[in-house]
Amino acid sequence: MANFMSRNDLLLLLGFTVVVLTMPIWLTPFGAGYPDLLQRFMIFGIFAVGFNILFGLTGYLSFGHAAFFGVGSYAAVWSFKLLTLDAIPAMIFAVLISGLFALIIGFLSLRRSGIYFSILTLAFAQMSYNLAYSVLTPITNGETGLQLTLNDPRVLDAAIGQTFVGQPVPTLLGQQLGGYAGFYFCAGFLILSFFFAQRVAGSPFGMMLKSIKSNQTRMQFTGFNTRPYALSAFVISGMYAGLAGALLAVTDPLAGAERMQWTASGEVVLMTILGGVGTLVGPVIGAWIIKYFENILSALNDNILTQFWSFLPEGLAEIVVKVTSKFVGDGWHLTLGLVFVIIVIFLPGGIMEGVRRMAATARRSDPPGAKSHQHQPAE
Amino acid sequence: MANSNIVLHVADVHKRFGGLHALADIDLQVEEGKTHAIIGPNGAGKSTLLNVIIGKLAPSSGQVVFDGAILTGRKPYQINQLGIARVFQTPEIFSDLSVLHNVMIPAFAKRDGTFTLNMLRALDSETTIREEAEHMLEDVGMLNRRDMQAGSLSRGDKRRMELAMCLIQHPRLLLLDEPTAGMSRHDTNTTIELLKKIKSRGMTKVIIEHDMHVVFSLADKISVLAQGRIIADGTPDEVRGNPKVQEAYLGGAH
Ligand SMILES: Nc1ncnc2c1ncn2[C@@H]1O[C@H](COP(=O)(O)OP(=O)(O)OP(=O)(O)O)[C@@H](O)[C@H]1O
Ligand SMILES: [Mg+2]
Repeated sequence: MANFMSRNDLLLLLGFTVVVLTMPIWLTPFGAGYPDLLQRFMIFGIFAVGFNILFGLTGYLSFGHAAFFGVGSYAAVWSFKLLTLDAIPAMIFAVLISGLFALIIGFLSLRRSGIYFSILTLAFAQMSYNLAYSVLTPITNGETGLQLTLNDPRVLDAAIGQTFVGQPVPTLLGQQLGGYAGFYFCAGFLILSFFFAQRVAGSPFGMMLKSIKSNQTRMQFTGFNTRPYALSAFVISGMYAGLAGALLAVTDPLAGAERMQWTASGEVVLMTILGGVGTLVGPVIGAWIIKYFENILSALNDNILTQFWSFLPEGLAEIVVKVTSKFVGDGWHLTLGLVFVIIVIFLPGGIMEGVRRMAATARRSDPPGAKSHQHQPAE
Repeated sequence: MANSNIVLHVADVHKRFGGLHALADIDLQVEEGKTHAIIGPNGAGKSTLLNVIIGKLAPSSGQVVFDGAILTGRKPYQINQLGIARVFQTPEIFSDLSVLHNVMIPAFAKRDGTFTLNMLRALDSETTIREEAEHMLEDVGMLNRRDMQAGSLSRGDKRRMELAMCLIQHPRLLLLDEPTAGMSRHDTNTTIELLKKIKSRGMTKVIIEHDMHVVFSLADKISVLAQGRIIADGTPDEVRGNPKVQEAYLGGAH
């Protein structure tokens, strides 16, 4: 066990598991303790953890990961339609298909680095999005989105004589995956995803990815073919995205092309940067914060704002309502953009850097004697 | 002619950068186990020559042969895997990683080759490679800095660490581009001792150096490069007495 995982990693994993599994309890006072939102916390947490394996470790910034998320959703819904309503085959199928997709797009995009790589991923993702809307309508059902219907074949379910009454819903061994069951199902995958990301980051392979970010030229003169390393990271993060997309289809079996749009790709970049690029926990926290505020702010409307600001004098209240209303509802992206700009300018390492700085300040204000290291430690 | 033990042969290499003839008709033969110094004024083309050898630059014409294998046209990582390592003029290191990790990484390339998907093994369980790296750091006198971030090292220490990164691969041919630049006199002497020690193990070296003290204490042979051409070639004593060299280089610079 000693060599399997360091004590710190094990503690981090345990802490993370506890925090995740108790979310329905500690998020209730914040008005976020209901399954629908909790499921999204898990799903986008997985998306961000996987994205960080590419962006955080190798430094390659993809602007097209929503494509793999979307592919995962479509693949899962097809598995529900053709094979069985059980979630496990759908997840496996989705991860494999999105991995294959990532292999192709990654292979082509990784012929370039830096900004050209980012542009290529963006272009491929937008192509996928447009294809999903047009040529691929037989597979994606275009604008309507891919849905489950009563007369789907579901050959595996049919083979064992399983039939459903009413609207079909994804299951796990016969148990329906709505509500809290859906949350715990997703939570299990988030914890597994986190564990796997920890292993990757703490492996020789992870060290190679970090050295690619640090100095790719040196890697090449040191005898490494860097491209397959970057491609592996790309495929792994694509599979994470596919897994997340599949889970979204499990909790809500409808897949639409808008999941592949560039705004969705940009969102996971924001989550990772907001939380802290290259850290294990940061991207998850970033995902939670963005999804939390999206939920709150996008639900606000002029009526609620008028009530909220009613303590102000009449003329002023009207102006304040008018201004703040631009930042909520559909305009919540404006708030997100603003917060993002502030973070990047003042806290480029994201929330995790903020936490580190606060910890450092707390340590410095400790009585002398707790002398810190003379050398600047790495990582 | 003892041609049999020529391990590196740079054959009729030209390199042009637009109108600049950076390397002109270079023919260089390096014997196995020997230390071959390349000296010459700034801008002579010394670093360019190393760049051509390790595949960073393609020659305009000519080719480089290492132990019977043609290097020209191969990728830098393939050339390294044939047993050629290089210390750069401006340190090429992993600034964000610890000193220990910087030295461990090349050992992985040596053991596992150009690519391996060893992502479920823990880095902490790679004790052999870690001990090897610590040993290497001890050799260059940097074990006490093993946990420092490489980017925060002094210039001289970065160089010594880069040397350790090369040596841990036990290359057959080591290329050193001004390995003692930026080092104190004391560190320079330690480095000379270290390089002498490797020589006794039979490693072939090509060394570019401005410091004549270093050159004359290490080199078996010296080639003098000026304006992209080899203007003199021979043992240290022959080169020292060559009037052309005096004029082009030694006289001017020292
Ligand atoms: N990639 C390049 N593109 C264009 N010109 C180059 C390139 N690399 C080197 N040169 C030019 O070729 C000439 C030789 O440069 P090189 O770096 O090989 O000199 P050097 O002998 O190593 O000098 P120094 O002692 O200053 O390191 C210089 O005039 C340099 O400007
Ligand atoms: Mg040079």
